[in-house]
Amino acid sequence: MGSQVKFIQGNEVCVEAALYAGLDFFAGYPITPSTEIAEHLAYRLPQAGGKFIQMEDEIASMCAIIGASLTGQKVLTATSGPGFSLMQEALGYAVMAEIPCVIVNVQRGGPSTGIPTHISQGDVNQARWGTHGDHAIIALTASNHQDVFAMTVEAFNMAETYRTPVVLLFDEVVGHMREKLILPQTNEIPLVKRLKTSVDGGVDYHPYLAREDGRLPMSDFGGVHRYNVTGLYHDMWGFPSDNPKIVHGLLRHLVDKIESNADTIARYKEHYLEDAKKVLISYGASARSALHVVNTLRQKGQKYGLLELQTLWPFPHQVIRDRCNGAEHIIVVEMNLGQICREVKNAVDHPDRVFLANRVDGVFINPSDIRQTLRLIQGRGV
Amino acid sequence: MSVKDYIRERFFPHIWCAGCGHGIVLNNLLRAVGGLGMSKNEIVMVSGIGCSSRISGYVDFHTLHTLHGRALAFATGVKLSKPELNVIVPMGDGDALAIGGNHFIHAARRNIAMTAIVMNNRIYGMTGGQYSPLSGPGKLATTAPYRNIDQDFDIVKLAKAAGATFVARTTTYHIQQMADILRQAILHDGFSVVEILSQCPTYFGRRNKLGNAADMMKFFKDNTTPIGSKAKKENPELTERGIFVQNDLPEYCAEYDKIIKKAGGSC
Amino acid sequence: MERTRLVFSGSGGQGVITAAIILAEAAVLHEGLIAVQTQAYGAAARGGATRSEVIISDEQINYPKVTQPNILVCLTQESYNIFSGIIRPGGLLITDKRYVKVKQKVDAVQHEMPIYETVMEKIGKPIVLNICMLGTLLGLTGIVKPESIFKVLETRIPESFLEMNQNALKLGLQISQP
Repeated sequence: MGSQVKFIQGNEVCVEAALYAGLDFFAGYPITPSTEIAEHLAYRLPQAGGKFIQMEDEIASMCAIIGASLTGQKVLTATSGPGFSLMQEALGYAVMAEIPCVIVNVQRGGPSTGIPTHISQGDVNQARWGTHGDHAIIALTASNHQDVFAMTVEAFNMAETYRTPVVLLFDEVVGHMREKLILPQTNEIPLVKRLKTSVDGGVDYHPYLAREDGRLPMSDFGGVHRYNVTGLYHDMWGFPSDNPKIVHGLLRHLVDKIESNADTIARYKEHYLEDAKKVLISYGASARSALHVVNTLRQKGQKYGLLELQTLWPFPHQVIRDRCNGAEHIIVVEMNLGQICREVKNAVDHPDRVFLANRVDGVFINPSDIRQTLRLIQGRGV
Repeated sequence: MSVKDYIRERFFPHIWCAGCGHGIVLNNLLRAVGGLGMSKNEIVMVSGIGCSSRISGYVDFHTLHTLHGRALAFATGVKLSKPELNVIVPMGDGDALAIGGNHFIHAARRNIAMTAIVMNNRIYGMTGGQYSPLSGPGKLATTAPYRNIDQDFDIVKLAKAAGATFVARTTTYHIQQMADILRQAILHDGFSVVEILSQCPTYFGRRNKLGNAADMMKFFKDNTTPIGSKAKKENPELTERGIFVQNDLPEYCAEYDKIIKKAGGSC
Repeated sequence: MERTRLVFSGSGGQGVITAAIILAEAAVLHEGLIAVQTQAYGAAARGGATRSEVIISDEQINYPKVTQPNILVCLTQESYNIFSGIIRPGGLLITDKRYVKVKQKVDAVQHEMPIYETVMEKIGKPIVLNICMLGTLLGLTGIVKPESIFKVLETRIPESFLEMNQNALKLGLQISQP
């Protein structure tokens, strides 16, 4: 079979990638601008022998995928702003009980019902801190269809590797835009299978006792090991515990398994950074406009570069430090009031050199918006 | 097999108060399961949050102790992804019908095969005695110090209207009936709802001056009657016990398998 | 090739979005070009003035929206009133002769085409107005080859409607030739 070229929406690319990654189960609730993901999966998933269910709300959707993941399946839900808010409770459960699952949030303008059909990147911090309590999370994003595909497959792989929910933070423009996708061949992208326990039936299996490498082999519900899963702090059997040593140990494990692998989890793309004096940092659809600007300025001989982030959480502090070291100006291009800009300022030695080029009116930030900010930074006025 | 074969002794003693009805439900649930000859590996118990939900920790099945009100939503994911499993969902009255009310009616509407057990003690016990949607008007609770003005649900009517294909009610006094109903509910191929009136002497009983656990169970004995009994005709105030609905309608997971066939996939 | 930026506008239900998708897909799948298609969402997609945007190029397209089209198509008066001002100076403006009264002088090459009239006269079904429009556009600009559009029609249009759509495309090509 030759390489397959498709001309489809970003949301549909996410569906193709999820199926490529071996998706078995999807539960969701319709919400703009993510609905096409549910629509396409309702059609495609049963063709692959998988299951699709439209639940009564996003709370139930998130809960259902956790239940399905425990039977050994690869699971997905997709939503947008208000639905993502409703999912936070069960998302925290998935963090605590270490359930592999993938959650797509095709962002729209918030807060509240906000502006459903228009673009925003306002949920970046919600993905990080939306559920209560200290925790770590993985969140990935992409700016074009080939990367939407790659990051979706990555999300499934990371969910299995780290036994954690992974959030895919897309946006309205990437979700709805149509452009070319070259469908990767089978086996072209490696897939991570669930790590299953090798403990035999009848032998005491400790579902929450990490191996030396920090990973926890799983046993499917319905298999030979019967154990307890809970959202409470729990011991190695998964039984609720308020023993301070156990509580502390579990919280550290949940955070460290992700934070200590931040470098491994970091995905990003570099454009003209080798000799860049001024560095733009962007992600998602905004990175397309940023790249347009950098390309144009390079043609004029100006030493601009772009660092496009694909892993937003855990925040790749080291990557930012390395790539921005010595930059005269660092300009973060995003469609919110500076959610990643704040992180960049924390990461670099000279936060006073970090500027925000943004747009928060529901209109996709365009190259002239960015150029205007660049002129302002240089003191050249609008 | 004896009831002991189905519990995780390591995790006892349980957390329930002396006189709580939930232990009686646990015992009879295990007796019912014991009579079915199922492998423990085929059974998944999914519970939410509250006193009743702790039941899942004590049984030697695959157990999933979830979030307040969400047990049926988690259970739907378990069941639909692996329909060969038997899914039992014990819940409290607040758990199932206040915070979880929406999940309850939709699981019933889908007719997905699982056994929803509502252990109805008419109070939030875990948080210390607040009124629930089943407390009923006139009752006292920490959040109803001037007496409750909220009307209560009739769980049987609600489950029926929502489309549950097996609906029954019993009490912690009527243990033979309880084990029998639970057995039939688990065997039922569809969404089954079993309401079990259970006593909370610590909060509901004490605050409403209903006496000790034995007095509360005696109340169940004196104020309930089999469905359609002569006693009910003479005293319409009595609460009926027994199986109200037992229908054979298309089950959700089986219907979905047909979708997979239609789409050309293979299960 | 020059980067071409197109905006198709009309009212909801006229199929301007479908036309844009077909054009962009033809460019990508059958001509090896790069194309990006976006559209207005929400109420406009179910009536009112609606627009869909396509960029076609032989180089990577980063910014995917069209602020100043080289080619603007307006199928209704409302869409003409709203969008005619955004056309790039010297661009190409195609309007439907029957539905749009060209009011102001726009710095563009204007073509008032009898798209609706032709479709109703020859086919009698307004549903293929958008495909006839595509044919007209192709005839006037040569932006993609008609064969590429025919290939996309074969995969996208149900068999029972295919011939009608093919005829609509041919009609559009015909009326664009003086």
